[in-house]
Amino acid sequence: MSEPTAIQVVDLVRDYPRPRTSLFQPAPVVHALRGVSLEVKQGERFGIVGESGCGKSTLLRIIAALDRATSGNVIVEGTDITRLPDRRLRFLRENLQLVFQDPMSSLDPRMRVRDIIAEPLVVQGHPASGERVRELLEAVGLSADAGDRYPHQFSGGQRQRISIARALAPRPRILIADEPVSALDVSVRAQVLNLISDLVDELNLTLVFVSHDLSVIKHVCDRVAVMNAGQIVETGYTGDVYAAPQHPYTQRLVSAIPTLQRALSGATTSDLLAKGDAP
Amino acid sequence: MSDVLTVRGLSVKVRDTMLVSDVDLTVGAGERVGLIGESGSGKSLTALSVLGLLPEDVHAGGSVRLDGVDHELIGADERRMSRIRGRDIAMVFQEPMTALNPTMRIGDQVAEAMLIHKTRPKSAADAAAADLLELVQLPSETRRAYPHQLSGGQRQRVVLALALANDPSLLICDEPTTALDVTVQALVLDLIVRGVMDRSSALLFITHDLAVVATVCERVLVMYGGRVVESGPVGEVFTRPRHRYTEGLLAASDLDTNSRRLTTIPGNVPPAGKFPSGCVFRTRCAHATALCEETPEWSGTEARGFACHHPAGVADV
Repeated sequence: MSEPTAIQVVDLVRDYPRPRTSLFQPAPVVHALRGVSLEVKQGERFGIVGESGCGKSTLLRIIAALDRATSGNVIVEGTDITRLPDRRLRFLRENLQLVFQDPMSSLDPRMRVRDIIAEPLVVQGHPASGERVRELLEAVGLSADAGDRYPHQFSGGQRQRISIARALAPRPRILIADEPVSALDVSVRAQVLNLISDLVDELNLTLVFVSHDLSVIKHVCDRVAVMNAGQIVETGYTGDVYAAPQHPYTQRLVSAIPTLQRALSGATTSDLLAKGDAP
Repeated sequence: MSDVLTVRGLSVKVRDTMLVSDVDLTVGAGERVGLIGESGSGKSLTALSVLGLLPEDVHAGGSVRLDGVDHELIGADERRMSRIRGRDIAMVFQEPMTALNPTMRIGDQVAEAMLIHKTRPKSAADAAAADLLELVQLPSETRRAYPHQLSGGQRQRVVLALALANDPSLLICDEPTTALDVTVQALVLDLIVRGVMDRSSALLFITHDLAVVATVCERVLVMYGGRVVESGPVGEVFTRPRHRYTEGLLAASDLDTNSRRLTTIPGNVPPAGKFPSGCVFRTRCAHATALCEETPEWSGTEARGFACHHPAGVADV
């Protein structure tokens, strides 16, 4: 591939010390990331899949410079951000934006939607025009008068649209979505997935999409990295990983996903356990 | 085959807001029935009304009968209901931590279920508790553990062991695996299905996940806006949906399409009590006409039917 690299992660390690449990023993350490390396090309849709506790959120936080690595490097658009002080991270805050899982806890309940969307612009010293806010509301499929209301007046799917509008405000080139549809109803999930997909195409964004649901990743992403216990166990094109998983963990993960097609052709719950043993 | 659970004309309301209307539901002995719907569809309230666990100032009407119980369950007093709960009907909730007593050892909690209903004497109950925990594939040390020492999946297995303790004729599961990882979900689902099959218990399984229902259940009821909009055998409802909501839901959850865009249902699920009159789906339905302002009649039988003025699967008029 000749596309330039958007995000490069090299041998990333993150250890968390836990509170001491004994006076005479050192504090126990949680190894959240044990040497993770990956490369996301510009304009690519990259998925990260894994179960709770596998380190996928820690990885995202370090890529977004919300957390510091114990060792290893993260290079975003050619700049190593791992040791940069906060004041020199401004380029990252403009170029890389996040959408979180729970829009209720990531939107300030006391702010009007138009102020929420304008905040990233204000913080970075750009003029926050009403025009830009209206444009963003329209881009995510909300009516212009939505700007006058508060987050609690919206449904879950609409709140996620507001988060997306906020993320797009500073015209980022990289969008990171952390389980953006996990809290949504099925009929609304499809709308939000379509919206993300359309925006990524229109704005030529690089997308990093994190989910525990491989079927969602498969629909959205070109390539996927499968994480387990702080390590990437398998990387590949989503179609290939889904159809022919190589690593035993991926095999177990893929076979555990209930699908309509399999169920209608007679699969039972014991078939979900078919490969590998119980965890 | 006699019916274990018979629900007729169930309605649930808070003050003047109808949350569930006219739900008819039967579960045959040993049958596995799924209840699917999105948030606000009334599926959990339906289950809670069967158990008589509705919050205060939420009232149920209609009829709920259980095989082997000679009185009506709706409006039965607490003394009678507590004799039925945990013995004839057991329930597994979504959040296992709130369903377990944090100050009691796991083994004692499972044994307590049998002691309260006097189905086994103390010594036999302890032994039975150990067997049940083994059945849900928990190591024997778990008996002496407290709930906070277990993971989410382990806790849910304890709750399942508790629910199966008195061989209930009906097990109700309300989103039992929604909070769990897929590999753990696979194990818990398998344990639930094997648990009810070994006891010939009936299962009422509530979820929003179509694929899970299709894997676990034989028959399914689709709820939307507090009404049952369609019911039938899983294979039929999911391959030839008749109600427009079922059709839309199936299309929206089909992530295997080759196109980048998914088929969507326009709009949002209205908040509880804000569903339109007449057909509850008409504000989001592409096929809605003036006719849909009238509540559609149920077409077909209870085992296979739907409530829609413009059903899918026939030539559009």
